[in-house]
Amino acid sequence: MAREKIRIGCGAGFSGDRFEPSRILLENGKLDYLVLECLAERTIALAQKRKKGDPSKGYDPLLERRIEDLLPLLITSNTKLISNMGAANPEAGARKIIEIAKKLQLDVKVAVVLGDDVLDKIQPDHRSMESGELLPSYGNIISANAYLGIESILPALESNAQIILTGRVADPSLFLAPMVHEFDWSPMDYNLLGKGTVLGHLLECAGQITGGYFADPISKPIPNMENLGHPFVELSRKGEGFISKVKGTGGQVTVRTAKEQLLYEVIDPQHYITPDVVADFSSVSFEELEKDQILVLGGSGKTKPEELKVSVGYEAGWLGEGEISYAGAHALERAKLAGEIIQKRIGHLYSEFRIDYIGLSAMHGEVLSSKSNPYEVRLRVAGKTKNKELANLIGEEVEALYTNGPAGGGGARKNTSEIIGVVSILMDRNKIKPEIKIFEI
Amino acid sequence: MRKLANIAHSRAGDKGNILILSLIPFEEEDFQYLVNEITAEKVKKHLGVQIKGEVVRYVLPEINALQFTCFDSLGTGVTTSLAQDAHGKSMSYALLEMKIK
Repeated sequence: MAREKIRIGCGAGFSGDRFEPSRILLENGKLDYLVLECLAERTIALAQKRKKGDPSKGYDPLLERRIEDLLPLLITSNTKLISNMGAANPEAGARKIIEIAKKLQLDVKVAVVLGDDVLDKIQPDHRSMESGELLPSYGNIISANAYLGIESILPALESNAQIILTGRVADPSLFLAPMVHEFDWSPMDYNLLGKGTVLGHLLECAGQITGGYFADPISKPIPNMENLGHPFVELSRKGEGFISKVKGTGGQVTVRTAKEQLLYEVIDPQHYITPDVVADFSSVSFEELEKDQILVLGGSGKTKPEELKVSVGYEAGWLGEGEISYAGAHALERAKLAGEIIQKRIGHLYSEFRIDYIGLSAMHGEVLSSKSNPYEVRLRVAGKTKNKELANLIGEEVEALYTNGPAGGGGARKNTSEIIGVVSILMDRNKIKPEIKIFEI
Repeated sequence: MRKLANIAHSRAGDKGNILILSLIPFEEEDFQYLVNEITAEKVKKHLGVQIKGEVVRYVLPEINALQFTCFDSLGTGVTTSLAQDAHGKSMSYALLEMKIK
């Protein structure tokens, strides 16, 4: 029989998120669904590189640990898991889950969502949404993944799998799909889809609605941050719901935390575009029902777009970094001398080069920080280049400031990393064919 | 001298090379003041050279909040920026430094 109310929790808001809150959600959240959102813009391009090196890899690097941690609880609590931890290789991720289930002597059915990888559909005459430049002008393209919507996840839900593993899917769709499935919403009822998308958006960053990325001990104190709980929504078939967290966990769900998260990463609040709907967030309001229980009101939507966004990953060269600190008398002057020396020695070798004074102006620039005089300052030098050895040189030159630079430089560190850039294009959604595949013991 | 931080809170978000800043008063009665005083032009000027593109302001009366969408404002974009804070996560507190009457 169809349910009147469902509960969906969010146990991870990024790939490296904490483990404990997802366990607590499964143990005491009375969830129907747990979502783990682990795939940032660039993460899938990095995963694509791992898959190239080893075809059995390319799923989220923490998938194994998270599944080992959660699988027994998923089964005892009869909760379904929906996650984009499949990243660039959901099939290999599913095989790994089956392997873990066998080891733990548990039965599990995994449905994998495929079709987001559209690398073979990319044309050289595609232009990026960001600059209008042709794609080949950016560099060697290594991945192209379309943001799939609920239509890709619904068949997986109908298969009654315990775990649904996707690659690139729009984050709110991970939450909207179980709502549409459980309440039998029409995929044309854009007002309901808009409401569900609002709820999904509020949850998708996990701890960011329970006090994370919010707490300020002076103006916005939040209790027991060390045990920050992750959120869940309980909603009805009318799309009305409240956001809360498990009792006894740290953090807070308040009208203020909800307001901050509603607008987070939203370019235009009246037109929040997903593959499922163009949602209107401007009509949303919040009401506190009781402590840590925030009712979400309003929200609506219009017809879904004809084109889907595709994230294209490309090799953008190498980032070289070096840091060294100065403290005490004339710390800032010595750090600035060190910066000038480095600029003159190697600054001209890089396509982009920057010098920052950490503790002074690295975050907000010169104007806002001009009157402060810090006790200690850390020089940071960063440069971009196509040449890895040249990237290494930045850290080497900063380290050499020990004996070839100003007095009292300490704690030098260096780092070189490959830069994977991401730009977006739009693609006719009819060209993109999602499908599911089942894996079970 | 008072700052925006005394009467409002803010969260920074990013999309590619776009920086998004909310501005939410602690007290509802300050909302109209923010609507009247904190224009897109003021925000662009206050944040300085980092904001290379247009700043668009949205007014959200249902939640008494403002939002500033700042184009071309994260170096070359989150994935390729050389900045330490490539996402601009700390920029909410740059906005809150703005001096007010």
